Amino acid sequence: MTGAFEPHQELLRVTDLHAFYGESHILHGVDFHVDRGEVVTLLGRNGSGRTTTLKAILGLVPRRTGSVMMDGREAVAMAPHRIAHLGIGYCPEERGIFASLSAEENLTLLPKVGSGGMTLDEIYGMFPNLLERRKSQGTRLSGGEQQMLAMARILRIGARLLLLDEMTEGLAPVIVQTLGRVVRSLKEKGFTMILVEQNFRFVAPLADRHYLIEHGRIVDMIPKDEVGKRMDELHGFLGV
Amino acid sequence: MVQALSGQLLIGLINGSFYALLSLGLAVIFGLLNVVNFAHGAQYMLGAFVAWMGMQYLGLGYWWALILTPLVVGLLAVVFERLFLRRLYGLDPLYGLLLTFGAALVLEGIFQNIFGISGNSYPVPALLQGGSNLGFMYLPRYRGWVVVVSMAICFGSWFVIEKTRLGAYLRAGTEKPLLLQGFGVNVPVMFTLTYGFGAALAAFAGVMAAPIYQVTPLMGSNVIMVVFAVVVIGGMGSIVGSIVTGLGLGLVEGLTKFYYAPASDVIVFVVMAIVLLVRPAGLFGKAQ
Repeated sequence: MTGAFEPHQELLRVTDLHAFYGESHILHGVDFHVDRGEVVTLLGRNGSGRTTTLKAILGLVPRRTGSVMMDGREAVAMAPHRIAHLGIGYCPEERGIFASLSAEENLTLLPKVGSGGMTLDEIYGMFPNLLERRKSQGTRLSGGEQQMLAMARILRIGARLLLLDEMTEGLAPVIVQTLGRVVRSLKEKGFTMILVEQNFRFVAPLADRHYLIEHGRIVDMIPKDEVGKRMDELHGFLGV
Repeated sequence: MVQALSGQLLIGLINGSFYALLSLGLAVIFGLLNVVNFAHGAQYMLGAFVAWMGMQYLGLGYWWALILTPLVVGLLAVVFERLFLRRLYGLDPLYGLLLTFGAALVLEGIFQNIFGISGNSYPVPALLQGGSNLGFMYLPRYRGWVVVVSMAICFGSWFVIEKTRLGAYLRAGTEKPLLLQGFGVNVPVMFTLTYGFGAALAAFAGVMAAPIYQVTPLMGSNVIMVVFAVVVIGGMGSIVGSIVTGLGLGLVEGLTKFYYAPASDVIVFVVMAIVLLVRPAGLFGKAQ
């Protein structure tokens, strides 16, 4: 049992989360949780609601209902800029690099959302390419460099929970390998992560648990040690 | 000959300074809020009137007006943004245009009702009276001051926007406001302050203009048409574009006055038509 002074085991709990874009109802009651230091994935086909789930956690959808408990605080009624300050870092699918900012301006733009983020030196140690390209315009970087930049900038801000959307999409295998190493080393540093991925082979060895999402609902959860024997089921679900 | 030409060029440079100051504010507001602020001319007029009223009723001189007026008008703009303008974000930009246009008409109507349409003169401050003979032309000191201060404000704004952290927020917010908010930046407050800043710039230009032009309720609508043309030519939302184009068009107007005076009122719009044909996004604008 955890003692009274130990932090909650659970970092994020999402309960009955619904999200709407105008008339369309995208999420139909998403339920899942993430423990501290855990890496979980949201797996599903295109349009199943994975990206919307991340956006709805951050309040970046026009309307949402339900409950998002981050570190024991209810975030569902908060303005988006307050939610980030609960300690959440977001790496969007389209990477969200600002074209009118240099790479280094992109890297240092985000406000701190918690204590103990990585220093600029540590980040450049992890991503040496970004050091070389720091004066370049953000969107002049290659796809892989932009992805690294999008990840790197949320390591500086002291976020405890990282939401990583489709980080390997459209990238060369060698860069995907690098990103895999980065995720592993972040896990060792104690970061909690939610990965939305199309590339199951990339996330299978990294994640502790996999949530399967379909039609805006979580339909199943597969822990790491059951992945092997449920492979056929998984492939059927993902349609690969 | 030389004297007449340089005289017109000086007038052009002064008009250009006002165009630059006004279009800078418009560009900053349009860039971040995506609002075409038709109240900009009225805010400029309000600046001149607040300065004039301060002198008439409170005995506050030019220098006080230069500091206090932008604060007063900026504050009014902040209230306007909070109460009205903010409700229109995310809708078609036409709504913001209609709201600010309506607000400008109301404001100008009120001032016409109270003060009539005849001009009120505002004295040049004692420190800046007189002028000096440059040999080829006579330079009134106040006009030199206007040019120098406008340039300094324009350069300062450019520097803050392009080179500082505050400016990085502004640039990022111009591109992807929702994502920036998701990163924990209070974007709604940024919007409010940016609108207030833009209006304060217009009011500042109004105070600067008071000793040169007549202070009248319609002084804003006279100048704002040209300023919108400047913004379109420079490229909607481009900071550098609005500054360079503002000064440039002032000079072009001055030259036209010298060579073919009857065309001087339309030359800006002729330039606009040509630019839009050749570069629809404006000289410094990025094509969508």
